[in-house]
Amino acid sequence: MFWQIDNAVLTLVIICAVAAIQIKDLLGAAIFFGIYSFMMCVLWAVMGAVDVAFTEATVGAGVSTVLFIAAVFRTTRRTKD
Amino acid sequence: MFDALSDILAHKYNYLGFIILMMIGLWAMLAKSNLAKKILGMAIFQSAIILFYISVSVKENATLPILEHHGHGDEHGAETAAHGVQSAAHATESTLQSTHDAAQATSHGLAESAHDAMQAANDVTHSAVNATGDALHAAAQAVGEAAAHGAHAAINAADYVNPLPHVLMLTAIVVSVATLGVALALAMKIYKEYNTLDEDVILEKIRQ
Repeated sequence: MFWQIDNAVLTLVIICAVAAIQIKDLLGAAIFFGIYSFMMCVLWAVMGAVDVAFTEATVGAGVSTVLFIAAVFRTTRRTKD
Repeated sequence: MFDALSDILAHKYNYLGFIILMMIGLWAMLAKSNLAKKILGMAIFQSAIILFYISVSVKENATLPILEHHGHGDEHGAETAAHGVQSAAHATESTLQSTHDAAQATSHGLAESAHDAMQAANDVTHSAVNATGDALHAAAQAVGEAAAHGAHAAINAADYVNPLPHVLMLTAIVVSVATLGVALALAMKIYKEYNTLDEDVILEKIRQ
């Protein structure tokens, strides 16, 4: 049971990372980065590192995403690549 | 070759995912021309390294290193110890009392009975000191027993995951947020100066 969940979440993490890098809209990239961080924290909870998981959920998925979205709104959403 | 590959896929997939994620982050840092994408790549790179360290500490059928509270053994021991200390205090009190009595007897008694009184007082003092010593000994024994009782619930390290990588990675997560904030602040300053986040355009404007 453990390794199926682990594999599924790991696949989702990689997909979200590629999507965050490849999307042409910086706000979309920020949202995908938030999903990536949250999936990473689910992965760590599955692996038994609960303290690291909720630190990532608050700090990584929460504060980082908010910072990134704020930065995007203060600069520009458009990107060439 | 195929067996080794399937073995890696079956048991070491976390390390495989760590390598893929870290290379995605590195590629974004190097190849993307947009500064925000570079910063995202840096964040992905950092979380991939954190994933590696957490994967090192994973253990099957193990729980978090939080020790369960075992019964009333230590409380009981503490109680016994308190009793012992109390009885020691009592014994000391009785010593004082008997010394006082002896002194009174000496002052009240006649010359020939004074000697006997002193003797009796000495005996009483001796016995009281002994009692004090015994009580203190009992208290110490009770404390030792309590400690031994606590040690009965042996901590089996094989039942717990290694907490050290977790603690180190908590620090790493906080540091990664700090670096992300600094990088975004720098990107905002650059945008104010050059009115773009694209690296190629910025370099062109610098060269002019």
